Amino acid sequence: MQALIEALAARGHDVIGPVERDGAIVYDHIAGVADIPAGRTDRQEAGFYRLEARSDGALFGYAVGPHSWKRYLHRPRETLFRVRRVGEELAFDAPREPAKRTAFIGVRACELAAIAIQDRVLQGGAYVNTEYAARRAQTFLVAVNCGDPSATCFCTSMNTGPRARSGSGYDIALTELLDGERHEFLAEPGSDAGAALLAYLPTRPAVAADWQAADAVAAQAAANMRRHMPGNGLKEALQGNPEHARWDDVGNRCLSCANCTLVCPTCFCTTIEDHSDLDGQGAGRVRRWDSCFTRDFSYVHGGTVRTQTRSRYRQWMTHKLAHWWDQFGTSGCVGCGRCIAWCPAGIDITAEAAAFVEGQSHGDA
Amino acid sequence: METLERIVLEQKIFAGLDPEIGKLITGCARNHHFEPGAYLFHEGEAANEFFLVRHGDVALEITAPGRTLVLGTVHDGDIVGASWLCPPYRWTSDARAGTHVRALGFDAACLRDKCDEDPHVGYAMMKRFMPLMVSRLQAAHLQLLDVYGRPEGA
Amino acid sequence: MPLPYRVLAVHQDTADVATLDMEPVGAAIPEPKPGQFTMLYAFGVGEAPISVSGAPVNGAPLVHTVRGVGAVSNAITRLRPGQEIGVRGPYGTVWPVEEADSHDILFVAGGLGLAPLRPAVRHVLANRDRYGRVSLLYGTRGPEDMLYREELTEWRRMLDVEIEVTVDHADRTWRGAVGVVTNLIPRAGFDPAHTTAMVCGPEVMMRFSIMGLQGAGLPFERTYLSLERSMKCGMGLCGRCQFGADFVCKEGAVMRYDRIAHIFTVREI
Repeated sequence: MQALIEALAARGHDVIGPVERDGAIVYDHIAGVADIPAGRTDRQEAGFYRLEARSDGALFGYAVGPHSWKRYLHRPRETLFRVRRVGEELAFDAPREPAKRTAFIGVRACELAAIAIQDRVLQGGAYVNTEYAARRAQTFLVAVNCGDPSATCFCTSMNTGPRARSGSGYDIALTELLDGERHEFLAEPGSDAGAALLAYLPTRPAVAADWQAADAVAAQAAANMRRHMPGNGLKEALQGNPEHARWDDVGNRCLSCANCTLVCPTCFCTTIEDHSDLDGQGAGRVRRWDSCFTRDFSYVHGGTVRTQTRSRYRQWMTHKLAHWWDQFGTSGCVGCGRCIAWCPAGIDITAEAAAFVEGQSHGDA
Repeated sequence: METLERIVLEQKIFAGLDPEIGKLITGCARNHHFEPGAYLFHEGEAANEFFLVRHGDVALEITAPGRTLVLGTVHDGDIVGASWLCPPYRWTSDARAGTHVRALGFDAACLRDKCDEDPHVGYAMMKRFMPLMVSRLQAAHLQLLDVYGRPEGA
Repeated sequence: MPLPYRVLAVHQDTADVATLDMEPVGAAIPEPKPGQFTMLYAFGVGEAPISVSGAPVNGAPLVHTVRGVGAVSNAITRLRPGQEIGVRGPYGTVWPVEEADSHDILFVAGGLGLAPLRPAVRHVLANRDRYGRVSLLYGTRGPEDMLYREELTEWRRMLDVEIEVTVDHADRTWRGAVGVVTNLIPRAGFDPAHTTAMVCGPEVMMRFSIMGLQGAGLPFERTYLSLERSMKCGMGLCGRCQFGADFVCKEGAVMRYDRIAHIFTVREI
């Protein structure tokens, strides 16, 4: 692992991986394996997140925390351009620093799916978010297959994990094999760049027993999945019931705090801020993360369209689980469970979804 | 068929009316012609006669000190005045001809009596006047909303 | 990034509405089709999505009619000839002037809604022989709020175009119709089997107009309207303008009513 990190750094990558900070495991720059929280695990439930010690020294023995990789690809704050006013003339200027080579260490299968989803949204349509596309092209992905999901995870029912499938976008996929004396990583290349890097590192060829151990890790993770998203009929149940009583019910619990949209790895909504300099001769435009839970989000002259929390929750959930299919051909949810853990009201999106699907089958509308 | 009866039955609002009933209500009707600017009725007057505009434009107006406001305008095929339908049978606005107006005037008391005598006549009238009143009300609601007005806080 | 345009003329239509003629300083945006909008940038203040109300064809300037309702739109209406404005676009879908070939056309405009419809009206009148009956029903708050009076008068002079105008409020000096624009629909005498309607105005007005058109027998598949939602990017990337599963900047602003009928009247969708 140390060799991997050093090799990436030597090739000019900014290496980003998991670190422990402020009681959570977040993503930040790492210099070496010592920065990765070994022997730590997370206990998560609706509205609950705690770190605890493990009995072993696993480097990746936890699920996901409040950060997702989107903070490095789809930046929270980004300057788009500057403009100068000279007399009556406007001169627009987009100083673009070339995107830095970056490597992400520890990308989970659900996160690979989320990155693929954001790729589709931000660079797969007629208009491309060029800043995202530039950074994305310079990003090397080292995936890690989960062995220890938290109680809030539901990747199996979203068909995104726990194992990173070949072709899902990683350059290298690692499975941590830890039993008694041995602490190794089974490494699978997913791209030419990945294979090239692996060739350079001190490795030994994998044998059947290694593959079996890796399979066991994946099987254990799948078996320990505690939550499930209902599949059949969910899209229709949500799109067909905009006036369902459940929206009022969840609307009463929701605080409209926007945590879910901040931690969600696929939420992509942004706002634009225009600033002018004090001397009135220069101005700039910044793009910032935004959330459909703010009143301002749906403001047109004359007022806000979604004044009630229940309408905003309806928008978020219906978009994520239903409209996304019409817009982008997949679900917008990858089953990472962050929104469940980080909701201060403990709202569980899988439970809400089940309520709608159940209501549908009982002829409830 | 006598000319007035034919004219009555020709009106869109009386489409499909039983000719016997048509004959009956024609007995309450007469032809009118108004010059531009002439009043069909004034606010406060007894609603003795209501009008069906055959041709022309009529403005419903309210006069306040110093100004006259037009509530709405009615045109070919429209009914002018609903106050004849219910007590106290008094007009709540002025009605003034904007152009030359040819109209059928119906004696309100006469028509009310005929409706009382024969429920079939009453129902045939109600079926025709009710939708008119409802869509007037809906239009008035929309007018009230001032949809083109400046948005709040703007 | 916006392209700089120079304001050529500013015409004050009403107390809070101004029409700006502009031309590109350097590069121009692609020619906007009827119904499309651009993002107009007021230096240091921000951008607003504004429908194009006049396309830059045959040497004409690019025209936008703007109502001052917030910081950005007010800044735009206060620009003077010679000043520059940023323009991005054009974005969005177009009025069905092609699909409605050989149909009768009914335009229903309310208030500022005549501005996004004007390019479609001009297109239809410039290709008059491709369409049947052409009518425009236009309602505003009062006579002083009417847009494009001179052009309306010119259209009226064309013997094969019907223009009906009404106002919500008036005093006696207005000699025309008083009442909501929906009142004009039953009297427009159009044939629902051969008519395509294009409706634009405040959302409430469009809802009532569509009810009126439906009442007159016009199918949803030949009823089009132009929606408005909060927009920051105009390109389907910022997520704000979503209306159900549609992005108003991509699948709209002009939408065929049958596509959205199921959610158009849902509160706060």
